[in-house]
Amino acid sequence: MVTTLVASRVSPGRVGAVIGRNVGALRSGPSYWIVLLSGFFEPLLYLLSIGVGVGALVGDLTVDGRTMSYASFVAPAMLAVSAMSGALAETTFNFFFKLKYMKTFEAVLATPVRPIEIAVGELVWAIVRGSLYTAIFLVVMVAMGLAEPGWAVAAFPATVLVGLAFGGLGMAVSTLMRGWQDFDLMGTGQFALFLFSGTFSPVQDYPVGVEVLIQITPLYHAVELVRGLCMGVLEWGLLGHAVYLAALAGAGVWFASRRLTRVLCD
Amino acid sequence: MADQPLIYARGLVKRFGEFTAVDGIDLDVAPGEAFGFLGPNGAGKSSTMRMIGCVSTPTTGELRILGMDAVHDGPRIRARLGVCPQLDNLDPDLTVRENLVTYARYFGLSRAESRRRADELLEFVQLGDRAGGKVEPLSGGMKRRLTIARAMVNDPDLVLLDEPTTGLDPQARHLLWERLFRLKQRGTTLVLTTHYMDEAEQLCDRLVVMDGGRIVAEGSPRSLIETYSTAEVVEVRFPGMPEAGPRFAAALEGVGKRVDPLPDRVLVYVDDGDAALAEIHRRGLEPSSVLVRRSTLEDVFLHLTGRTLVD
Amino acid sequence: MAVTRGVHPTIAVLERHLTLYRRLWQASVFSSFVLPVLFLLSIGIGVGGYIGRVQGVDYLSWIVPGVLASTAFQIAVGESTYSVLGDFKWVRAYHAMRATPVGPADMVRGHLLYLVFRVTIAVVAFLVVVVFFGGLHSPWALVTPLVCAFLTVSVAAPVMAFAATIDHDSYFSLLFRLVALPSTLFAGVFFPVEQLTAVLRPLAYASPLWHAVELCRAATLGRAPAWPALVHVGCLLLWAAAGLFLAVRAFRRKLED
Repeated sequence: MVTTLVASRVSPGRVGAVIGRNVGALRSGPSYWIVLLSGFFEPLLYLLSIGVGVGALVGDLTVDGRTMSYASFVAPAMLAVSAMSGALAETTFNFFFKLKYMKTFEAVLATPVRPIEIAVGELVWAIVRGSLYTAIFLVVMVAMGLAEPGWAVAAFPATVLVGLAFGGLGMAVSTLMRGWQDFDLMGTGQFALFLFSGTFSPVQDYPVGVEVLIQITPLYHAVELVRGLCMGVLEWGLLGHAVYLAALAGAGVWFASRRLTRVLCD
Repeated sequence: MADQPLIYARGLVKRFGEFTAVDGIDLDVAPGEAFGFLGPNGAGKSSTMRMIGCVSTPTTGELRILGMDAVHDGPRIRARLGVCPQLDNLDPDLTVRENLVTYARYFGLSRAESRRRADELLEFVQLGDRAGGKVEPLSGGMKRRLTIARAMVNDPDLVLLDEPTTGLDPQARHLLWERLFRLKQRGTTLVLTTHYMDEAEQLCDRLVVMDGGRIVAEGSPRSLIETYSTAEVVEVRFPGMPEAGPRFAAALEGVGKRVDPLPDRVLVYVDDGDAALAEIHRRGLEPSSVLVRRSTLEDVFLHLTGRTLVD
Repeated sequence: MAVTRGVHPTIAVLERHLTLYRRLWQASVFSSFVLPVLFLLSIGIGVGGYIGRVQGVDYLSWIVPGVLASTAFQIAVGESTYSVLGDFKWVRAYHAMRATPVGPADMVRGHLLYLVFRVTIAVVAFLVVVVFFGGLHSPWALVTPLVCAFLTVSVAAPVMAFAATIDHDSYFSLLFRLVALPSTLFAGVFFPVEQLTAVLRPLAYASPLWHAVELCRAATLGRAPAWPALVHVGCLLLWAAAGLFLAVRAFRRKLED
């Protein structure tokens, strides 16, 4: 429903122009490639430190009757986190900066480009950048023997969906931001998700109330979906996670474009 | 002490790599004087000011400020200077009053003294009612006044002002000039750079015109006008300009001391405007408009530094 | 002349930072206090539940000193990057100071004193929380704020030198991702450095964070550190001295001409 609504009003050419502006702006910045590539190191370093380093102290882990090495438990979670932080970085900090300070959008809107096209264009750009990280990360996982090549390929579209979901969420949130101090709060929230969404230890370990709370939040669904696919465990539950993420992506874009229309066009 | 110049420079040179910003200048600024550096962009005014402010080391030459060596006694000299830089560098996250108190503490003033000075100076620059507010929402003129108040916080012997009114609207400029004039009356020595001729005429007892890193003229505004221009200027326009300009300029030759043809009018530098006007009519020339005015520093400036735009 | 008496320029610079902090402290409470506690809950207790004893103690007790020191490390790095670059580039506060008797060394020392203040608050608050988790085992834990103060200077000083050298803030991403994060993850905070391959171990030994972690761990567990305590302190001092030298030099160069 949301997708058709969006599709009917969006011109691919104009969306492309919004994306092209981003690529151009980034390429002109200093040390463009190193900064872009270094974003990939973050989840990898966590995988090596917590997954492998702390994993050596943990040994094997048994979740839902399946036994696995701790590293292979943590790796899919880091993959999902990578997709999340790639999408959030692009749609929150950078998006807000353009919205508030650079007046980029106001300049863009002086042309035939519509707010919804800005929203979609920004989101696609976030996904392209995030997918670059997740693709490399999947290659590393296969190389380290933490995922079968076939299942790694299956997990890739799931990471794109994760990126879409957090990209949409990030855009919606940044249209509500009052100033930089709100980013501290958001960063803390993001970090809490990172620590408690079944990333480093199974959510079943937490008290029931906390567990339910976690199951409402998006990263939990992202981790479960990606982990299920990476391990080759196909269950109906995965579909539920996917629906949750798709709904989040749609709602995020819809909300963001509505807010953009109000902020920019009034 | 009284007859010793506050600023004494001989053969002052500043080079940045291959580029020579200041090319061997001599200066003497006496206590109580209001001294101006006039010149186009890139003339070396700001580089000279930064050397006087002891934040930039001269490449060669001698520079003594307040009787001390600018290179070796930097901190001791800066303790007695007030500096109003070209770009405002107020602390945007501090309040107006906190900006002054914090700055006063850099000079080692006690806390109570810092607060007292801050309140006194806020009144002086007419910002008393903004004391508790943030710096951000202040207008350009208010920020400048605050910067000038900040420069006064240590009760300096010498105040350096780098383009104090650039970018301000006319009301703000006049208010600022009036405050600076009050400082001058109190006997504070002012050194300023500007490329506004009216500002230089308003504020400076004495000034130097700089161009290409050198001093090309020196004196009081009046004496500079007398030396490098005439008492009056006649501005005449003719029908058919600019094509007809050179022809009319040739016809005006000899009416005054100098003729300067511009695209839209011809300037004639004369001692007596009315006499010159009579001469113009006597020669049978019929200008479409005529303006007789007093010569200004602008005429001196353009004469000395040329009309070519410098960026 | 009023200038001969009163406050030292270094203290005046410290005061500026404190005046700013009074306005911004709420935002910093999260990053400097809540985050380490969350870390402790997730890794120390969550993951710790799957881990037996490490070097003779339960995992929570083992990582408490690590998280403690890395909290100081995070503040030291985080508060010496954008704020220093910003005070050169956007606020131009250092240019304003330069026109007064405040010198580059005062600017660097004033900022470092401020960071020590910030770190001490965060570290003490964390220690108080950890007491309730039963994470401290020796009265020697009282010296950990001092260790963290040393760590702060030894980390913040070189980072300030870096921040005063670069022109564009995108280089900070490199610092965070390629230096700060690996330091946090591989300097003995979460697992013993002995587990690292022999090639990587010297890197951990070179990191000031590892020395501080070892000292803090020795203090909270009440036992001897990996190397003689004086050697650890010496390494921190070495970093601090080199960092101070570089930072003052970088500040002087940035403000000249």
